[in-house]
Amino acid sequence: MRTTFVKTLLAIAKRDPRIMLLTGDLGFTVFEEFRDTLGRQYLNAGVAEQNMVGVAAGLALSGRRVFVYSIVPFVTFRCFEHIRNDVCYHNLPVCIVGVGGGYSYGHMGSTHHALEDIAVMRSLPNMKVLCPGDPLETEALVHAIVEQDGPCYLRLGKAGEPTLHMEPLSLTIGRAIEMRSGQDLTLIASGTMLERALEIADRLQGGFVRASVLSMHTVKPLDVEAVRKAAAATPLLVTLEEHSRIGGLGSAVAEALSLEGLAVRHLLCAAPDGFATYAGSQEYLRACAGLTVPSICKRIEEVCRVPA
Amino acid sequence: MAGIPAAQAVEGLRALSRQMREDVFTIAYRAKSGHLGSAFSVIDLLVCLYFHHLRLKPEKPDDPDRDRFILSKGHGCSALYAVLAERGFFPKDDLATCTKDGNRFPGHPSSTLTPGVEASTGSLGHGLGVGVGMALAAKLDERPSRTVVMVSDGECDEGSTWEAMLAASHWKLGGLTCIIDYNKIQSFGRVSEIMELEPFADKWRAFGWHVQEIDGHDHEQILASLAATSLAGSRPHAIIAHTVKGKGVSFMEDAVGWHYWTPQEEHYKQAMAELRSC
Repeated sequence: MRTTFVKTLLAIAKRDPRIMLLTGDLGFTVFEEFRDTLGRQYLNAGVAEQNMVGVAAGLALSGRRVFVYSIVPFVTFRCFEHIRNDVCYHNLPVCIVGVGGGYSYGHMGSTHHALEDIAVMRSLPNMKVLCPGDPLETEALVHAIVEQDGPCYLRLGKAGEPTLHMEPLSLTIGRAIEMRSGQDLTLIASGTMLERALEIADRLQGGFVRASVLSMHTVKPLDVEAVRKAAAATPLLVTLEEHSRIGGLGSAVAEALSLEGLAVRHLLCAAPDGFATYAGSQEYLRACAGLTVPSICKRIEEVCRVPA
Repeated sequence: MAGIPAAQAVEGLRALSRQMREDVFTIAYRAKSGHLGSAFSVIDLLVCLYFHHLRLKPEKPDDPDRDRFILSKGHGCSALYAVLAERGFFPKDDLATCTKDGNRFPGHPSSTLTPGVEASTGSLGHGLGVGVGMALAAKLDERPSRTVVMVSDGECDEGSTWEAMLAASHWKLGGLTCIIDYNKIQSFGRVSEIMELEPFADKWRAFGWHVQEIDGHDHEQILASLAATSLAGSRPHAIIAHTVKGKGVSFMEDAVGWHYWTPQEEHYKQAMAELRSC
């Protein structure tokens, strides 16, 4: 996703001199081409994220469209109030780009994990929260971000995520993509869990359970209409996210169900409210959080066994 | 406008400062708002900025070549409101609405509500970074626009202010000026007791800034220091303005409490009497 992001942005920025890319001193082997090709549109702001976000706001107040990049915790939590006051309060075209969604930086430890970012970014007025599920969604979302005028948070994985869509997309921010259609349940996945959702759908199909799969690449504004349709079409919604169970996609869907008065069962699959207990790889930490295909399938089967 | 004006013009600015003090006190009295001491310490600076230094056209507020001013110490905004009204960004009578719900003059400035406010501020440690971005955009675009940010002394406790100082000199933003309202009193006490800033000028110099120290209530010194920021060069400019919190009203001067207190009728009468007699 990271590579797709920068390639897409570089292609757009070559045509659009308003685009600027700011990095908090990260991007080794990623940003060199952008830096060397478009030096006037690139800035390493040093290890100073608060100032970087303020500078981005100042540039945007002077007509620029700014992408601000770092690892998720540093570009969200560290400078949260700067995002709130400098970017969102002014409603500026600044996109906060966080790399390392969920447990992507597994071995690096909890300081580098990103499990609360969607919750806090989603709470900010004017902010759109975008969690692409594969490189093609990343590419399409970068195009969509440039074409709109407000603040965005783009949550990326890290590198090497597989392509899940069959062909390049033209997507709309706030509009979910139906990737599978089934009548027994709907899997609603965002970001790094989209791949898992498709695997789960395949496995359930082996047991003659037919699952719809929605890629909810936009967590805010949530596609409430898609949730409403899913609640009408299937008796169970399963939300999947590599994020704390507090405040992410599952919370957003639960809020929509409550606000819309929709009576449907909802299984929320997310990371527990806690720091990682041990060090380990992304796969290990996902397994600890119950975010593997077998463990989610097991939970789905348990829910299905209990009458509604 | 640029350079040092004639003595007669300076006297005009002094008279305007006196008038602004009356207006600001009246706003605070009507709105029952605080932060009066913080507003009074910057009035002379704001008058010199808006009526001599800054190239602005209230009738064309979006001119890309305009100078930008950010009141990073947003709590002093009653002074900014009075000056913006006087400069013609909105009718002076509008300020009377500040007592009513649904008005356009919050206790910390909002660029979406008040004409002439370039950036919304209120939380300390934000304005200089935004100003760095504006100055950087002007430099990249090769526009004549200058950026002036006013910070408080207490605000220099914030790490983000020092991040911005570092970036401004690294990026050689000669078009950026930071005025520090050094009234020596921060929120809950004296700067020297809460978080010492001295040797303050040395710190700015060490960060690569061109530094001037002035009496922030002496119009001639203010104008001369602003004129010096127009000189070509790559270093950003710091003007450490030694000021007095609550300047101009005897009972407010150098008093910690007037960061918070709201003026009562007796205060209003005494302040008006003092301001009109000076």
